[in-house]
Amino acid sequence: MDTLLVPPDAMQRRPGPLWLLAEVTYRCPLHCAFCYNPVDFAQAGPELSTEDWLKVIREARALGAAQFGISGGEPLLRDDIEILVREARALGFYTNLITSGVGLTEARLAALKDAGLDHIQLSFQDATREANDLITNTRTFDLKRKVAAMTKAAGYPTVINCVLHRTNIDHLDRIIEMAAEIGAEYLELANTQYHGWAFLNRQALMPSAAQLAEAEAVTERWKARLGKKMRILFVTPDYQTKKPKKCMNGWGEVFLSVTPDGLALPCHTARMLPGLEFPDVRDHSIDWIWHDSPLFNRFRGTAWLPSTCQSCEDKDKDHGGCRCQAFMLTGDPGATDPVCPKSPDHALIDAALAEAEKPGVARPLVFRDPKNSTRLGRAF
Amino acid sequence: MTQHPARPAIHRLFRFQWEPAQQAHVLLYPEGMVKLNQSAGEILKRCDGARTVPQIVADLEAAFNASGLAPEVEAFLEMADAQNWITWNTD
Repeated sequence: MDTLLVPPDAMQRRPGPLWLLAEVTYRCPLHCAFCYNPVDFAQAGPELSTEDWLKVIREARALGAAQFGISGGEPLLRDDIEILVREARALGFYTNLITSGVGLTEARLAALKDAGLDHIQLSFQDATREANDLITNTRTFDLKRKVAAMTKAAGYPTVINCVLHRTNIDHLDRIIEMAAEIGAEYLELANTQYHGWAFLNRQALMPSAAQLAEAEAVTERWKARLGKKMRILFVTPDYQTKKPKKCMNGWGEVFLSVTPDGLALPCHTARMLPGLEFPDVRDHSIDWIWHDSPLFNRFRGTAWLPSTCQSCEDKDKDHGGCRCQAFMLTGDPGATDPVCPKSPDHALIDAALAEAEKPGVARPLVFRDPKNSTRLGRAF
Repeated sequence: MTQHPARPAIHRLFRFQWEPAQQAHVLLYPEGMVKLNQSAGEILKRCDGARTVPQIVADLEAAFNASGLAPEVEAFLEMADAQNWITWNTD
């Protein structure tokens, strides 16, 4: 009869979020054309205050969240992340700073370490204005080398994330070699997911099938060579693998993201979706947002799935795929993700892949900056 | 592993703690969490870089009024080592 000791309300409650991602700013010194931030970020409201963030951190931890990620934009552009890290760490969060490394000085690193920062993930950029210029790669890697040496000396493992796309994927051998030279323990090679700026630049960023196959072969060679010394994770692109993925391990199941201007989202790109109201963390508790808000319940579970997915044996595995991808490609956020071969809209994916095979097509990049953001004024 | 003179400690990539929401000990690492069962939690709690494996076994046997725990502890530590959850202090 033990169960009678549990209040009925508690029995029905789903678990809280495990992961809180704080996107503390859209400001960024870099202009990566593959950024997943919304294209119209320049129209976002003012950034949350330190106090607002502390409230979010406390409330998410009270619900059981254990991972605290700080990202952006470039989070180091805010001068209060030491305060946020200190509070999160004191409450028992595992704290992870996701940064380009630009602006990470010795003093800043010492302050973050003192605040209890557990982990730093350095991202590689490559699609700069001189995307195909190897000199730029060299400059990027010089910065990474400096920052990695600094964080290593402070006792942090070197964990690097590199976004792969059409204009850098052919340099993968050199990218991995440099990561190994830097002494990285872990390298994540993430093929571009086409959200935000990356969707806008899809044609310029999508590699050909041959490029992708070569990249996988290169990765396998390095994996065999480096073994446990540097672990390499190659994240395949959904367009090419044709495998839909759940939104962040399931909409409203483990992940909670908060935008610089205070909107709570079940996935960092969800604010592009139409017809939804995004709860503001200044107006609502995280508890209400997670359990009761219409947004977090909209695509939770599988009951809402379209007929194509309802009859599919994989529906519990993929929940119909990415809602943003479905919306960007079909105009309907409730549609089956077109990357799935069973989607009635799958021809859109084949067309995009065919486009990537065309040689000699001009593929201009639109860089992520406030001017382009204001000029374009749309989500993707 | 009984002869291992070294003392196991939690690997620096992981943080070991009690999670009230899970009612379990967990290992936290970047963007992830391993939820541990009770015996795994009790073993890792004692991997402080100071105790040797026989000391950990003796400590567990005393705490749980049990005997013959060495094989279970050793098997778990072997697995934990393969998962990179622990390192071995030798100094």
